[in-house]
Amino acid sequence: MDLSTFAADVGIDGPVRIAGHGSRVPGCDLTRTVRAPSGIDWFEPAEMTVCCGAGTPVSELASALADHDQTVAITPVGTVGGALAVGYSGLRRLGRGALRDTLLQARYVSATGMVIKAGGPTVKNVSGFDLCRLLVGSFGTLGFLGEVIMRTRPRPEVSKWYAGPAEPIRIQTTVYRPASILWDGITVWVCLEGDQRDVDAQAAALGFELVDGPPPLPEYRWSLPPTELGALTGRFVAEIGVGTVHRETPPPRPAVAPAVVEIHRRLKAEFDPTGRLNPGLDPLCPPAVRESV
Amino acid sequence: MVAMEIPGQVVEELSAAVGAANVRCSATERALYRRDASNLEGEASVVVLPSTTAEVQACVRVCVRHRLPFVARGAGTGLAGGATPIGGSVVIVLTKMNRVLSVDPVNRMAWVEPGVLNLDLSRDVAHHGLHFAPDPSSQQSCTIGGNVANNSGGPHCLADGVTSAHILAIEVVLPDGELCVLGGEESEVTGLDLRGAFVGGEGMLGIATRICVRLTQNAPGVRTMLLDFQSVEAGAETVSAIIAAGMVPAALEMMDQLCTRAVEEYIHAGLPVDAAAILLVEVIGLPHGLETQVKRITAIGKAHGARTVRIAADEAERALLWKGRKSAFGAVARVKPNYYLHDTVVPRRALPCVLSQIYEIVARHGLLVMNVFHAGDGNLHPLLVFDKREPGVMERVHAAGDEIVRVSVAAGGSLSGEHGIGLEKRDFMPLMFSVDDLAAQSSLRRAFDPAGLANPGKVLPSPATCADVHAVPEGAWI
Repeated sequence: MDLSTFAADVGIDGPVRIAGHGSRVPGCDLTRTVRAPSGIDWFEPAEMTVCCGAGTPVSELASALADHDQTVAITPVGTVGGALAVGYSGLRRLGRGALRDTLLQARYVSATGMVIKAGGPTVKNVSGFDLCRLLVGSFGTLGFLGEVIMRTRPRPEVSKWYAGPAEPIRIQTTVYRPASILWDGITVWVCLEGDQRDVDAQAAALGFELVDGPPPLPEYRWSLPPTELGALTGRFVAEIGVGTVHRETPPPRPAVAPAVVEIHRRLKAEFDPTGRLNPGLDPLCPPAVRESV
Repeated sequence: MVAMEIPGQVVEELSAAVGAANVRCSATERALYRRDASNLEGEASVVVLPSTTAEVQACVRVCVRHRLPFVARGAGTGLAGGATPIGGSVVIVLTKMNRVLSVDPVNRMAWVEPGVLNLDLSRDVAHHGLHFAPDPSSQQSCTIGGNVANNSGGPHCLADGVTSAHILAIEVVLPDGELCVLGGEESEVTGLDLRGAFVGGEGMLGIATRICVRLTQNAPGVRTMLLDFQSVEAGAETVSAIIAAGMVPAALEMMDQLCTRAVEEYIHAGLPVDAAAILLVEVIGLPHGLETQVKRITAIGKAHGARTVRIAADEAERALLWKGRKSAFGAVARVKPNYYLHDTVVPRRALPCVLSQIYEIVARHGLLVMNVFHAGDGNLHPLLVFDKREPGVMERVHAAGDEIVRVSVAAGGSLSGEHGIGLEKRDFMPLMFSVDDLAAQSSLRRAFDPAGLANPGKVLPSPATCADVHAVPEGAWI
């Protein structure tokens, strides 16, 4: 995919911000705005890899993959680049893995307006430092994603949600690799995927009822060690075994160790010394992110 | 006896840090640490064996104070020279830090020290029905710290992902001697994914002293199948067809004829020695899904010309088939006394073409090759076998290896799938990355290690590494 126009848009000086659909982090200031290219460059089902512009709507990507019974672990709103820049995983992280692990290669535009390649096109690759992991969740503060290659997965034959009153530990210790376990303090929702007969058998053993889907999620996203979820009070929906908790109040600002803050400072100084990329955004102090199921 | 090269003051300070018994300066002991499992030799100025995080930190601080380069080392099983001490680095050996600190069997995580052996961890948590998913061939002897440094793989990473996907948090002694935790037990740690950046850092971003790993549920059922083919191409096409049909087996491993014959003579597993290639396929899961996959894979194999499909009848037969796969390197000795193992990745669709190119390259250089590899993710492991007593053979081995790396990258692949870049592939990096791409990787390195003391001279080719070299003063054995 040709990124030269996008690189020229980003330019070499002056503050600039990147926008997708504004579905996760709404734009709010007057900074000059650029958009990454959109569209699927190639999709190779037998390689289980797909290459697309970062501006591609997740819905467009999802539907192209679905045509070949494949899927990618991105929540189905906004753009691919937006999802990766924010870095939050979907509700099925327990079974399908974290969003951060799906990015194989990225070509991004640097603060100096150059197109830089990070990672490689194959699922297995340890050539050089893993800049892709650094870019996922960087809120576009180190570079603007232009084109990404992601790992896809086969779509399970069935994917069903079940619910019932239970202690989460019962599900954790008896069900084989569920895609998701959610708990609100009373009810457990579990997403089972795979062969229809295996899913039915696991659901029957649990004695849970088939439901339409996960419960509605409170607005704010907390991140806790999974061991602390049992002590939650108030209204919440917790991702058991993962640690993400959806609550009605914003999370407290975590204390970050000075040495970690210092590495962040040096990374920003290395990748964007004049602070021109997405000014005002700071991964250590992330904006409130709207995230639907 | 204290070696001439290392100032007495440094030895004294290191002795104060870890105890005199854990500081090794004799020529013989230093020689033991001059390389990893590759043939790439360096020189260790002094070897230290800390037992605690505080001791590692104290050692690094001594190095910082004297501006000495240092390299962390686990079991030394690396194949790319990643742990080879360059320029008389201080070698910090982590094998004494080998405790599993805590296991949470419900949330499936464990804190371990970096010197814990990969297979020991899986054995340790087996009674909980869990294991650590990355399983490099060296898993009996390689350490979790080494797995983190190299973002190691293994046959079962096809379905479960490489090491990075199984690391939640890392306590790190940074190259300036500061201590911090990257990542965390929580699902989405605030800030950049420094944990992800650190994994695969080949010891150039700091030293891991405690690691929080994700553990994986053992499968309730497993079926291991052996398919054999009359051409390597048919085997490779079967691999692509299985994946294209929407299945991700737990492992998909291939061996060619020379390899199969050597292994069969070695372990007598009843492998078909007249086949051009054999494919080991393992599927895991719940009973119905398992049986469906076995049937579909059998049908795909037959459609691509598989002569026989052997399904392991019991755990003993399964173990025997895997022993065949994992003994390949031991079996080499039956063919030639020496081998050079390569590690490149190609897209699955390119497997037949690249394999035939490899046979051609190797024949042209008058060498033999045994191919045994992770076919499912296109991760080739051509094993060049030779007798190093033959005059000029090493030049031919290196020339053939050089060509193999080039054809893999030209086919849309990668320099290394799991062994890392280290010294071995450092100067090949420009095949995959532009000067600007490498400068970005250099930026990451500088952000973690502005002084360039942690394992200098690896991964990044000059001029990207010249900052490292300049940062180390004269007299520091560069």
